[in-house]
Amino acid sequence: MFPTNKPDPSLLRGMTQRRLGRRDALRLGGVSALGAFLAACGVEGKGKPQASVAPDAVEKFWAGKAQNGKLDFANWPLYMDPKKPEIAKFTAKTGIKVNYQEVIQEMGPWFAKVQPQLSAKQSIGFDLMVITNSIQFGQFRDAGFLAPLDHSKLPNYAANAGKAYAQESFDMGNVFSIPWASGITGIAYDRKKTGRDITKLADLWDPAFKGKVGMFSDTQELANFGLLAAGLKPGDSGEEEWKKAAAKLKEQKDAGIVRNYYDQSYVDALGKGEVWLTQAWSGDIFQKNVSDGTDFQFIIPEEGGTIWTDNFTIPVTAANPVDAIMMMDFFYEVENAASLAEYINYVCPVPAAQEQIKKDAATKTGEDKALLEKLATSPLVFPGEADYAKLHYYVDFNTAEEQQGFQSIFEPITLS
Amino acid sequence: MNRVKRTLAPYLLVLPGGLWLLLFFVVPMVTMLSLSLQQGDVVNGYRFTGHWQNYVDAVTDYRTQMIRSLVYGLVTTVVLVVMSFPIAYWIAFYGGKRKSTYLFLLLLPFFVSFVLRTISWRQILTDDGMLLHPLKEAGLLSPGFHILGTSYAVIGGLVYNFLPFMVLPIYVALERIDSRVIEAAQDLYAVPATVFRKVVFPLALPGVFAGVLMTFVPASSDYVNSAVLGSSSTTMIGQVVQAQALANSNYPMASAISFTLMAVLLAGIFVYARLLGTEDVMKAAAR
Repeated sequence: MFPTNKPDPSLLRGMTQRRLGRRDALRLGGVSALGAFLAACGVEGKGKPQASVAPDAVEKFWAGKAQNGKLDFANWPLYMDPKKPEIAKFTAKTGIKVNYQEVIQEMGPWFAKVQPQLSAKQSIGFDLMVITNSIQFGQFRDAGFLAPLDHSKLPNYAANAGKAYAQESFDMGNVFSIPWASGITGIAYDRKKTGRDITKLADLWDPAFKGKVGMFSDTQELANFGLLAAGLKPGDSGEEEWKKAAAKLKEQKDAGIVRNYYDQSYVDALGKGEVWLTQAWSGDIFQKNVSDGTDFQFIIPEEGGTIWTDNFTIPVTAANPVDAIMMMDFFYEVENAASLAEYINYVCPVPAAQEQIKKDAATKTGEDKALLEKLATSPLVFPGEADYAKLHYYVDFNTAEEQQGFQSIFEPITLS
Repeated sequence: MNRVKRTLAPYLLVLPGGLWLLLFFVVPMVTMLSLSLQQGDVVNGYRFTGHWQNYVDAVTDYRTQMIRSLVYGLVTTVVLVVMSFPIAYWIAFYGGKRKSTYLFLLLLPFFVSFVLRTISWRQILTDDGMLLHPLKEAGLLSPGFHILGTSYAVIGGLVYNFLPFMVLPIYVALERIDSRVIEAAQDLYAVPATVFRKVVFPLALPGVFAGVLMTFVPASSDYVNSAVLGSSSTTMIGQVVQAQALANSNYPMASAISFTLMAVLLAGIFVYARLLGTEDVMKAAAR
């Protein structure tokens, strides 16, 4: 389900990264008095890239850590029923008070926001955070900002998680993370405004929708759609393909078709009629329709879509890591995984939840029953083989240079 | 003892402000200057290497946004002068007893957060919002018509947000005009237009000068209005700095762009001060 034949990127990064010593730096800069003074203001390294985790890292981190009865949890908006039934259940069961905050809107800004505290080995105010397998996931991991997980504290995960999740290239063997949910990036549209069905990526380039098309500002998300629209596969793309994709995206922008490049705010823009069709994350649209009574459609384009995973992680400076890991395991109880999926409509990492949802449906009547039955068979929550064939992962990078090259190709599109 | 006190007094007086400036202006500036010449990436840290290429990249990659920001700032400032002068004039000369009420009304919206006010404009102007929806329903506008996302929306937002910063200095300058000066002009048979051109306007110039300084600089480097009311075709340089610093963690590039912007704005202000010959104006106002 999650095929990867590339070596662990962190390993390669550790081997290929060019390290710049301070002495070299000064020689390069010319040691003037001003130079030396300015050099004193350097931003310290964020720790060495971790090629692998020390064998005793787990033991070292968890030694002496105890349950504190409280937990600060950072997540994305639209990622849980606003009434938070699962959190209430967790508190009732464990006595742990949870402060649940929807503070993550986009990976880049989130990393930039917490990075200074983490570098200074200070708490970021959260014990648990859900982060995407993005460029920033690698940065969090390589900078040593993520606590290694003690799998002896995750019995439900071991019993119930889809086995393929242990094979995801960004965190082989789930050393630092376990999935919260996976999701699909496709196209959402307002049928009343577009006046026709949207089926393919090419529709995002249709001049008839000038100024009414939304795209994502995240470079990985944007690049994947550019690549697929240009008939290229993200999986085996390199600089040449990226340039072609960027040209395709620039053409869309220069023709005035793109209204804006959005973070999570695309949902609002769609709701306000600012965009008629937009790049979108699968579950958001379902929830928007349920909570606001809208009738937006979500499709996986003919040319293909993107699949990603959002992951539970514990920042290394967390004050309550034991409470955090208990919460992680709690969501791998089949019942809780099912109740979460029933609300958020994202890909569920617990296969047994499908049966549970069917069971839940049997206890309901009328509209609720129909909704749950539809959900249990929805390819957006439990994708089948054929669905996976159409879905592509984010572009993988072997070196930091490669990743910076990628960024410099796609950033100018969103930033001009 | 007294003499020592007298010699020390000015230094003691300047001490709190001086320390403040040292701590909150000089230190960050030097840090930023250093950052702008560093190289590296966020995981391995940035090191000082005297990397001037950052400045070259800043100018070549983001020239468009820089020029766009200056144009927006300039248009905003001109619109502000044209709008603010009549307002300030009316309050100063015809406000009567209610002057302070009018000034209070002018400032009233600014008791609400800047970002919130800009977002409420978005609610009003949005494509299917209270303004455009009825017009579209009535068939007066095409369904695709939009105000948000255009330069007009961004400049409109800037004008709205900076209005008091232009009105108040002009008001203060006008308020200070001695009514006898105007009477004297009238006694010398000047028609109202001449009184305005030869007496009132020149005496109000220091206010205009201050207003321009207080609006052009922040308007050019603003990023909220473009982010909330604009689109990808109205990106201003402030947004680029914000994205580089807060989304990409590319602190050297963010700093290099900031310094370049500062240099351009300083040069602009310097030329402007020279052209307007403010020194004479200030002297006239002081008399």
